[in-house]
Amino acid sequence: MLQIECPWCGARDQEEFQYGGEAHIVRPEHPESLTDLQWADYLFNRANVKGVHAEQWCHTAGCRRWFNVLRDTVSYKILAVYRPGERPPGGEE
Amino acid sequence: MRKNRYSIFSLARNAVSYHQDWSEAWHSPEPAPSYDVIVVGGGGHGLATAYYLAAEHDVGRIAVLEKGWIGGGNTGRNTTIVRSNYLWDEAAHLYEKSLKLWEGLSQELNFNVMFSQRGVMNLGHNLQDMRDIYRRSNANRLNGIDSEILTPAEIKAKVPAMNVSSDARYPVLGASFQPRGGVARHDAVAWGFARAADARGVDIIQNCEVTGIRREKGAVCGVETTRGYIGAKKVAVVVAGHASVLADMAELRFPVESHPLQALVSEPLKPVLDTVVMSNAVHGYVSQSDKGELVIGAGIDAYTGYGQRGSFSIIEGNVAAIVELFPIFSRVRMLRQWGGIVDVCPDACPIISKTPVPGLYFNCGWGTGGFKATPGSGWVFAYTVAKDEPHQLNAAFDLERFTTGALIDEHGAAGVAH
Ligand SMILES: Cc1cc2nc3c(=O)[nH]c(=O)nc-3n(C[C@H](O)[C@H](O)[C@H](O)COP(=O)(O)OP(=O)(O)OC[C@H]3O[C@@H](n4cnc5c(N)ncnc54)[C@H](O)[C@@H]3O)c2cc1C
Ligand SMILES: [Zn+2]
Repeated sequence: MLQIECPWCGARDQEEFQYGGEAHIVRPEHPESLTDLQWADYLFNRANVKGVHAEQWCHTAGCRRWFNVLRDTVSYKILAVYRPGERPPGGEE
Repeated sequence: MRKNRYSIFSLARNAVSYHQDWSEAWHSPEPAPSYDVIVVGGGGHGLATAYYLAAEHDVGRIAVLEKGWIGGGNTGRNTTIVRSNYLWDEAAHLYEKSLKLWEGLSQELNFNVMFSQRGVMNLGHNLQDMRDIYRRSNANRLNGIDSEILTPAEIKAKVPAMNVSSDARYPVLGASFQPRGGVARHDAVAWGFARAADARGVDIIQNCEVTGIRREKGAVCGVETTRGYIGAKKVAVVVAGHASVLADMAELRFPVESHPLQALVSEPLKPVLDTVVMSNAVHGYVSQSDKGELVIGAGIDAYTGYGQRGSFSIIEGNVAAIVELFPIFSRVRMLRQWGGIVDVCPDACPIISKTPVPGLYFNCGWGTGGFKATPGSGWVFAYTVAKDEPHQLNAAFDLERFTTGALIDEHGAAGVAH
């Protein structure tokens, strides 16, 4: 089980949170100018990292705010938590 | 071809020597410098692929490279439910091909895979569930797949231990039932395919992790492994939860995410449940093994993970659902609980496909429900690799569908996804 540090509420049980998938995926500004391949890449392809993964979580049963987490997908250890718009610590993405 | 055919006579002969002289079921050769086809991943799907390549196609030398031991991945961790009652035509045909292969598999492999067609029941708990069940059941029958609709009274007659009273929190309103569905012995499936492939000259190489996919002028020419470089004309990757990791070795990005999926078994009980019960709405599924253990499957964790374990809260919700359905199980003690890593596609359907890299093939995305497909998946993948084009049964399951938009949306449509 995870204990997740909400940037606003502090450490809470994983049960209070909802997972939101890979972080930092930016919706293309001009979808109409993309090829089908580029659009499919945005829509469906994911890094699915084995190792340090930047991902989104929402504190659904708390402050209901979204934020980012760096988590090791093998040990499940949470390495960092940061707010939307912030860069991941260590400059990694 | 096979030196040691298993039969009543070989059993009697070996009894005389107190079963001390059985020969090994497959060899463990050193890797050759190169092969015509390398299958990466020694789960059921990889071993089945190698078997059908050797048995039905003429492709030359074949090896299966497994990073751990064969069947140690999801093949040995799943709840072994086999059925073919999928909604969409493409999926129904693929899984039904697999079910037909299951029906003759023990004979074909000369290995008892303990395939038991005890039926699979998918419960409905509300009006929408029942509408979906009628729709799927009708679609199945139009595709020639056996499917019946059961009333609560008929369910009670088949499974007396189930609580079908109307005052349950999630009352059972009915079910679909596929009589030809059932369960099989997971380890035996891996071992049976391994032994039969080995007998046809396939090299099964364990403790050999693929760490790189080497290419020459864009086309595959071999793989880097923990046991050195091995050349190959074709590389067929079937690594379930590690699909993205292998895709990354060839600079490919896949629409796959890996999630932990858990299961648990109880202490052995006297026979109490002689069919498979699945419920989508309360998300639990249960059958009883030949040893008497209740085999219970949970849902995936929402987060991605490669750790082969999941969250306790998932187990808690799962067990609550099972106890709600079967109050008499409430004091049964659980013996073991574990997790596997399942590779999930956005449309809950597999990818069995060529890739943009010539000579590189992928078979992945079976998610929470690929055990039932083991023989069929191997059969169509062997065809795809041998002919360098898909069989008509897997043509729709290519990588392209995520670009064209021709998804096969089995999410939710197929009952519980296992
Ligand atoms: C708890 C649980 C319950 C399930 N229940 C059901 C069910 O009831 N019915 C059903 O139909 N399906 C079920 N499934 C899904 C099913 O188990 C899988 O879809 C299926 O087993 C996948 O088969 P496979 O051979 O591709 O995978 P695996 O058996 O996982 O084989 C993949 C192999 O690749 C190897 N590998 C990975 N990386 C490398 C590398 N770099 N080099 C070499 N080898 C590598 C792994 O070690 C592994 O042995 C369940 C899964 C789980 C986890
Ligand atoms: Zn919060």
